[in-house]
Amino acid sequence: MRTPISFFLLLSGMLFTVGTVGVLIRKNALIIFMSIELQLNAVNLALVTFSRQNGNLTGQVLTFFSMVVAAAEVVVGLAIIVSLYRKRRSIDVDDARMLRW
Amino acid sequence: MRLTFLIPFLPLAGAAFLLLAGRRLRGSAAGWLAASLVGLGFVVSLVILGRLLGQPANHRLYVAHLFDWVQVGSFRVGVDLRDDPLAIVMALTVTGVGALIHVYAIAYMRDDPRFSRFFAYMNLFVFFMLMLVLANNFLLLYLGWEGVGLCSYLLIGFWFDRPAAANAAKKAFITTRIGDSAFLIGIVFIWLRVGSLDFGRVFGAAHGLPNGTATVIALLLFAGAIGKSAQIPLHVWLPDAMEGPTPVSALIHAATMVTAGVYLVVRAHPIFEASSSALTVVAVVGIVTAIYAGLSAIGQDDIKRMLAYSTMSQLGFMFFGAGMRAYGAAIFLLVTHAFFKACLFLGAGSVMHGLPDDETDLMKMGGLARPMPVTALTWAVSAAAMAGIPPLSGFFSKDQVISSASLAGRPGFWVAALAGAFLTAVYMGRGTFLAFFGRPRYDGHPHDPPAPMRIVLLALGALAVIGGILGLSASNGLLVRFLRRVIGAVGERVAGPSEAVLTLISVVVALLGVGLAAFVYVSGRFDWQALRARFARARQTLSHGFYVNDVYGGAIVAPAKAGSAFLAYVVDDRLIDGSVNGIGGAFRQLARAGRLAQSGLVRRYALAFAAGAVGILIFVAVRS
Repeated sequence: MRTPISFFLLLSGMLFTVGTVGVLIRKNALIIFMSIELQLNAVNLALVTFSRQNGNLTGQVLTFFSMVVAAAEVVVGLAIIVSLYRKRRSIDVDDARMLRW
Repeated sequence: MRLTFLIPFLPLAGAAFLLLAGRRLRGSAAGWLAASLVGLGFVVSLVILGRLLGQPANHRLYVAHLFDWVQVGSFRVGVDLRDDPLAIVMALTVTGVGALIHVYAIAYMRDDPRFSRFFAYMNLFVFFMLMLVLANNFLLLYLGWEGVGLCSYLLIGFWFDRPAAANAAKKAFITTRIGDSAFLIGIVFIWLRVGSLDFGRVFGAAHGLPNGTATVIALLLFAGAIGKSAQIPLHVWLPDAMEGPTPVSALIHAATMVTAGVYLVVRAHPIFEASSSALTVVAVVGIVTAIYAGLSAIGQDDIKRMLAYSTMSQLGFMFFGAGMRAYGAAIFLLVTHAFFKACLFLGAGSVMHGLPDDETDLMKMGGLARPMPVTALTWAVSAAAMAGIPPLSGFFSKDQVISSASLAGRPGFWVAALAGAFLTAVYMGRGTFLAFFGRPRYDGHPHDPPAPMRIVLLALGALAVIGGILGLSASNGLLVRFLRRVIGAVGERVAGPSEAVLTLISVVVALLGVGLAAFVYVSGRFDWQALRARFARARQTLSHGFYVNDVYGGAIVAPAKAGSAFLAYVVDDRLIDGSVNGIGGAFRQLARAGRLAQSGLVRRYALAFAAGAVGILIFVAVRS
């Protein structure tokens, strides 16, 4: 017996919600970053689920793309965080608010 | 190779050199250079005169084509210099009187910090004036015409740190421009109708022009002459032009530039004659100006302004003569007027030179004949010449102009001209007696000017005395015979009394005028100062030139200024700038409010982003 598809989607939605809330309420840039990864993985899960549901590989292929892009994004993002830390001795995103009016 | 091109080229070279390197010349070298170049031009003119005289009378015309100037389609204009009797007479007058005035100015302007610049402008003026009189087509004439206007502007405003001089320069330029614009339109008309601007072809075709066309062209040309020669109604600039240095007044605003209008009418007389009414207009404008300026001159207390009005009145006489087809007499008066008026102006300059603070008020002179005998002598001789006292030069020329009206069978004009001549005698007598005779009213210790200035005065005074030999007879004088190739033979007497009777009458009128002035101002039997007080109102009217200037000020200048102010300060400042700045300001306000959204807080952006995503999701969910 197959696990009903709604279980996977529910899990994906819960993961995404956790990630979103993490992005919105945390101040530490690294935590926010991890939350973003959580969101990405939630989406990946949904894609794989749909792939399985539809019986083709499109969703899985897209997932690979997403993971590659995420890896690249992590590299750039971490580099930004490191240089931010070197400049301001803080990775609190609320401190990094020079680009305002 | 004809030498004609040298006549204008010499002063042009002088002007260019003095403008570029004049400041390096020491002392009065710049002045001597300028004067000698103009003098050299006079010598060249004499050589050409000799060559012309060596030719049979009907061959006295040479055109030197220097180079093509404009060549557009069928419109071709060359820089062509013409030497014929009329051109060479004008060139001799300009260079001869011009050289003398240059010499005078060397001493007069000696202490001016912009000494070399002055002579650069003077030479430039002589160049343009010579182009004007030597041109063989209307466009080249117009080049000279505008050029002398420019130099007039530069020299009236030579002392531009004085507001009066700067304003007078602007006024002269703008007022003459009105006439110049009409002149330019006239030139365009000529080209449209004749298809050429060369004098030979235009005047050859003039007889074939329809009356209306000829009248329009002639009047447009005459409008240019009115502006340049300060005739009514464009005369207001000339009295103000006296703000310039006195040699400038003598050269430009008495002897040469202002006579350009007379030259134009005489030169273009075939066009005027092709019209039935143009010459009458010329004569009427001339005689009205002569009488108007004569009356105004009587009311002037400023010696230079009096001379300015007298110039206007004499120019009126020249136009009057031209209008009576007495072109020879008009040119004759032009030449003799150049002699005696230049002498009068330079005499006025000597008086200013001798009195403290460049005094020009006749009321503060009187009895100057004793301390300044040379000035007084040359002035008196020139004034008598101008008044028409025989046997001085002005007597012959003025008499011929006046008589021409009677000889042409127009007694009304003749009487008006006699009235003008009477006024001339009165104001010249008045000026002479007020300045040089009677009880002294001056301050300081006046003295005759230094030797170079004295010599120039004496030379011009001598010319004013003997200039009459150029035209002892109206129909057969030297000048008239020489000019016959250009102006045609003088017509036979149509009507009226004989020449001798007319001459006698004009002499009597002139003597009456001078006698009246003598009776009022020096006889001692008359308290003229009480008379001044009693008729203060009338005197004011005369001295303000019948308030024409004020009428123009109120009717034209003030509305124009108000309109400009409205356009500048209301339309431009408020409307145009206001709307442009208003649009900019509105966007600035909007941005000021909108940029507050840029808090720089990443989490707030993320919240907005998430809220937007949720909003879109809800929207999609509700729609489906």
